[in-house]
Amino acid sequence: MTKLLAFAELKDGEARNVSFETVSAARQIDESAEVVGIVLGSENVEDAANQMIQFGADRAVTVTDEKLANYTSDAYTQAAMAVIEQEDPDGMVMGHTSSGKDLSPRLASKLDSGLISDITGVEGDQFVRPIYSGKAFEKKSIKGGKTFVTIRPNNIAPLDKDESRSGDVSSVDVEIKDLRTIIKDVVRKASDGVDLSEANIIVAGGRGVKSEEGFEPLHELADELGAAVGASRGACDAGYCDYSLQIGQTGKVVTPDLYIACGISGAIQHLAGMSNSKVIVAINKDPEANIFNVADYGIVGDLFDVVPKLTEEIKAQA
Amino acid sequence: MNIYVLMKKTFDTEEKIQIDGGVIEEEGAEFIINPYDEYAIEEAIKIRDDHGGEVTVVTVGDEESEQQLRTALAMGADKAVLVNTEDDLEDGDQYSTVRILEAYFEDKDVDIILAGNVAIDEASGQVGPRLADKLDIPYVTTITNLEIGGEDVKIVRDVEGDEETVETSLPLLVTCQQGLNEPRYPSLPGIMKAKKKPLEELELDDLDLDEDDVEAKTETVEVFLPPEKEAGRVLEGETEDQVKELVSLLKTEAKVL
Repeated sequence: MTKLLAFAELKDGEARNVSFETVSAARQIDESAEVVGIVLGSENVEDAANQMIQFGADRAVTVTDEKLANYTSDAYTQAAMAVIEQEDPDGMVMGHTSSGKDLSPRLASKLDSGLISDITGVEGDQFVRPIYSGKAFEKKSIKGGKTFVTIRPNNIAPLDKDESRSGDVSSVDVEIKDLRTIIKDVVRKASDGVDLSEANIIVAGGRGVKSEEGFEPLHELADELGAAVGASRGACDAGYCDYSLQIGQTGKVVTPDLYIACGISGAIQHLAGMSNSKVIVAINKDPEANIFNVADYGIVGDLFDVVPKLTEEIKAQA
Repeated sequence: MNIYVLMKKTFDTEEKIQIDGGVIEEEGAEFIINPYDEYAIEEAIKIRDDHGGEVTVVTVGDEESEQQLRTALAMGADKAVLVNTEDDLEDGDQYSTVRILEAYFEDKDVDIILAGNVAIDEASGQVGPRLADKLDIPYVTTITNLEIGGEDVKIVRDVEGDEETVETSLPLLVTCQQGLNEPRYPSLPGIMKAKKKPLEELELDDLDLDEDDVEAKTETVEVFLPPEKEAGRVLEGETEDQVKELVSLLKTEAKVL
């Protein structure tokens, strides 16, 4: 039987959504495979392991160590390799997140394996991934060795959670040593509200927002929708918001269900970061703005007039 | 200090993508240095100016890559190396590229290697970490600040918007993120000087590799364009009515609310 590892990713002791998406992706690769969740962390690994099972994994393997509290390449490589050596899987699925991007190439290198990064779909033994900033797509397959992929968050829906589902949770002891990089400090800049890369809805502002205060109505709309707030490079360059909010070719690539672009002209570099969103709404004063070419729905008007009214309407129809 | 930069050429960001015979049409397209690699080149030059040494820019590419290497030299790099795989490598992947780079670096005394954190074409971000693993040196990805004091290195890296401060030591590989620096434009004297700077061209043979050694582990089966998006709908009427209609469309038609 095929065995596939699905990597959980913990943030502040909680499994991120992408963890459950890796289980779903593994099932799509091989419906009948044994899917084994792998959970590395310093605490709460049992909880996350059980969640992986409730979301469809058959069992889970954990490694608990203080040195796994924050992601570092050296510690996570040692822990992951210990599990991989024990399980000898046919393939692995990991999130294409900050730590997934950092760790997966190194594991692939250690295993002399191929790695297909940043996939958005599984079609049998072929994997779909955007290239050229989403201006094209390619299908890739593995020629030999392990089937190793990273999945772009928010593209492969997790399976339904089944709280009655149970499975074996075992742990592997690893002596983590010789860490060559040490984390001294983490400054949280992006942790207010909803995580951009995992958000189902994003409200984004561009130069049209005009000031830091101008983001206020966007935040109000986002709060009402349970959405994350993002920005174009223009808005970041103008100092209206932090670069951690930037969506685009440089910055984050996002694919929410709904993207509401407010006062964003739609430069090609911005489109690279969001054009694969499922539904795009554009609100802009300029009827000629390029953003209307990719939008599903457009409202030509001043965002300071439209956005508050939209917030009110959503409240009214809630 | 022996400072190396891994560089790749990419399509100009403004280029339209066309597919011909199942592959991306490159004929007539404008190429640039991958924007993230520009940060790497700029940082390498700054490190050399502060600490002394030499900046060597390395690319795995084809004859056309010489143009981007000359641009890097014009920015201020000292030497360039082109591993030309045009005749030997049909469909390489990241595994292939790293096998080649590993062979190139085998006899080099490296202090630091800088690369972009991702290339904007294939966008895998694998080459840096894979190479560091093969060379058995530490790596730090998506860096936004770098300070070197002797062997010690203090780095700030971007972790999905959060800032992480990391301490490590040389030799080291880093991948560069936006915000690290403002890459300079080549000056006219820089461009003149670049013409005389050494540009070494190697082939797989020169690295004691043959085609089988660098055979890709993955294969591209198909390349296609995203489905043409139907023209969107621009709503009309009073703002209040537009907003009402929008919310109702998002609920009933798009089903995203």
